[in-house]
Amino acid sequence: MSILVDKNTRVVVQGITGRDGSFHTKGMLDYGTKIVAGVTPGKGGQTVETVPVFNTMAAAVSETGANTSVVYVPPPLAVDALYEAADAGVELVVCITEGLPADDMLKVARYYEVKGVRLVGPNCPGVITPGVCKVGIMPGQIHKKGPVGVVSRSGTLTYEVVYHLTNNGIGQSTCIGIGGDPIIGTRFLDVLEMFEKDRQTEAVVLIGEIGGTDEEVAAEYIHRQMTKPVVSFIAGRTAPPGKRMGHAGAIIAGGAGTAAEKITAFRAAGVEVADTPAEVAKLMQHELSQRSQRKRAKVVSVTSKGRMAARGKTRSKSTTAKKATTKRSTTSKKKAATPAKKTTATKSKRTTASKAKSKAKAKAKPRTKSTKGKTKTRSAAKSTRKTTARKSTSSRKKTGTRKTATRKATTRKPAATKKKTTSKSGNKAARSKSTTRSKSRAKSKSPTRRSTKPASKSRSKPKTKRKTSR
Amino acid sequence: MKIHEYQAKELFRAGGIPVPPGSVATTPAQARQIAESIGKTVVVKAQVHVGGRGKAGGVKLARTPDEAESIANDILGMDIKGLTVKKVLVTEAVEIASEAYVGVVVDRAIKRPVLIVSAAGGVEIEEVARKSPEKIIKLELDPLLPIHPFHARRVAYSVYDDPDVAKQAAKIIQQLVNVFWKNDCSLIEINPLVVTPDNVVTAVDAKINFDDNAAFRHPEWEEMRDTDAEDPAEMEAKENDLSFVKLDGNIGCVVNGAGLAMATMDLVKRCGAEPANFLDIGGSSNPEKVIAAMRIIMRDSNVKAILFNIFGGITRCDDVANGIVQAVQQLKPDLPIVVRLTGTNEQEARDILRDVGLATAPGMEEVVNEAIKLANKAA
Repeated sequence: MSILVDKNTRVVVQGITGRDGSFHTKGMLDYGTKIVAGVTPGKGGQTVETVPVFNTMAAAVSETGANTSVVYVPPPLAVDALYEAADAGVELVVCITEGLPADDMLKVARYYEVKGVRLVGPNCPGVITPGVCKVGIMPGQIHKKGPVGVVSRSGTLTYEVVYHLTNNGIGQSTCIGIGGDPIIGTRFLDVLEMFEKDRQTEAVVLIGEIGGTDEEVAAEYIHRQMTKPVVSFIAGRTAPPGKRMGHAGAIIAGGAGTAAEKITAFRAAGVEVADTPAEVAKLMQHELSQRSQRKRAKVVSVTSKGRMAARGKTRSKSTTAKKATTKRSTTSKKKAATPAKKTTATKSKRTTASKAKSKAKAKAKPRTKSTKGKTKTRSAAKSTRKTTARKSTSSRKKTGTRKTATRKATTRKPAATKKKTTSKSGNKAARSKSTTRSKSRAKSKSPTRRSTKPASKSRSKPKTKRKTSR
Repeated sequence: MKIHEYQAKELFRAGGIPVPPGSVATTPAQARQIAESIGKTVVVKAQVHVGGRGKAGGVKLARTPDEAESIANDILGMDIKGLTVKKVLVTEAVEIASEAYVGVVVDRAIKRPVLIVSAAGGVEIEEVARKSPEKIIKLELDPLLPIHPFHARRVAYSVYDDPDVAKQAAKIIQQLVNVFWKNDCSLIEINPLVVTPDNVVTAVDAKINFDDNAAFRHPEWEEMRDTDAEDPAEMEAKENDLSFVKLDGNIGCVVNGAGLAMATMDLVKRCGAEPANFLDIGGSSNPEKVIAAMRIIMRDSNVKAILFNIFGGITRCDDVANGIVQAVQQLKPDLPIVVRLTGTNEQEARDILRDVGLATAPGMEEVVNEAIKLANKAA
């Protein structure tokens, strides 16, 4: 498993006859990517590296069954290429092009949201699932197959980090460059949700930089819902305010978007923050060894507790994995429900224990400097997170003591969530993911949206306000 | 890209947003003429790209054309936060019954432009957001739809009680959003939007920032650009298609990729020195770019050592090495240079550099430490 691109990815290259397009088409083919078509208006009928060229995306998709597009079209024409791609019915569009106007991207992003198509980029190096599929411009040879998901706003800095990971024997599940622009199709949060669900991914590297608040949003998600460890690096600690640092999105505006803010947010969420790109690999090595130790410890405790407990645990785990449900509350509901029936005794024991732990955690500082302390906090945090989620099914009020945003989200959603689980339970084909994703995106956003509403009057009836605002 | 108030007001006028009569002057005599033609009390406003003009004495009232001339004489040539005033806007003074704020900004998190209106005008919106957020009204705009009159009415009526005033304000708000889209703005603000004692609504100040990425379809921006506020080195870099930001340290950095360039600067600081610049040579390995990069950095007399940090992917390390060799031969720097090249064709690159006696380092931390060591030796 991996995310976004795999052996079933069938790529169409937009702008295939251009200098960059043809060069990288060869690079992707050499890596083993299935490139089934290219598009350059007016050059239909030609071939590039044995790949047939079409005049339109519609023809390319209908004749070759392409499901993913990668865009190398230069800026003045790239916006049109993005609309054409979404309109042609591919599921994923990766836009490498740098320099697209933000006003256009606002419209494109909205169009993709409406169409339910995923966009990665623009201004990004692309997506690679090592050993399987490369859609973009990154050097394939520095990657290695493995358990770590990588997500980044940068290009070469990602290569630097991946290089250290690979040199330390740490392989990657999928590496995604989400792009350095202010308006991008896929954000950290979206990718983290995918990595959390992906079976191959055991841990995640997140490479952020100054500008915007996506890192803070990611930290919030990691803190609340993510069970897999995340190691991060933030570039731009020495960046002066008000200056655009190469990337259009890398700017400290109005004193906000500094590296310090982001680092603080991550540390508060229990995320390791590396001081140098090389340190990412070291911290990740530590996280992975901790994780395997925990796994071993789990196995031991399960066998000692007896068969019933073991069965309960295994069942619950596999159910969770199968469920590609996007809302944690639903996932945890399943997780809790299954063992509850079978092993009531064990469950109640565990709950009390972790209740106590969670209380202790609430008081404890998020991070301590000593390694030992770190490990403890981390594992405590994990179990707390799980417990809280579990508890949320029995009594939502307790979960509600967190922040208003979550409370709103949970209380507003139960009906919709239920509907979704019943109709969509069972095995989910990879194809149907796109719809689920777009739904989840809309959902996960709603609290943020709400919060930006007029603070005074609208509070009483936010629903109607929200509709009229569009 | 920032533009001046008088330029923003021209765009407002073109977009149907009422602004007080006035125009720009570069000499005191011109200022006098404009004041005469207005025939009322005027305000003389310095046109420079810094905030806090008023506090610095760059905005003054003039009751007569004579006064306008003498005030313009004072303000022109004045130094405001390091920038010399070369132009003043002479505009009719407006009586103020109430002040509001209206602006459109791009919200990155939700990928939408947001219309922001506040009854507390005349002060910085960030300050209002901090002190009294309840006074701020936000409306998310759908990028795929034009702003409808009812959107504008909704916000206008939440600020103004008088229907006549609200109607005028709604029209202004709607036009403002249209100007935002038409001109590829990343920010547009009226602060303050003034209601006069006889209930006329008018935009007394105007601020517009353009999105640099859209410059290719706005040839008119080139004339509007005020290069005074821009660093000459940064402009030279732009001409050579490089991203450059000058900093205060003594370690010059040449890097490919913006993220890696920032990470390199951070590492310099972490290793106990200060970076002299941010510089991204981009993905191409064109030797001209390497030469331009070195030339720009060498102009900074603070620089004591230059480091190259290149991660070759698509960029071939040997191409960059050839560029460095050419640059050294052409520019003959008397500064120590340390090079780190990793990735595609790195061995060939090392051979090329060794042949001309340039020092290489195997990794990012090594190159930074080596550069700092050499800079300390030179100093």
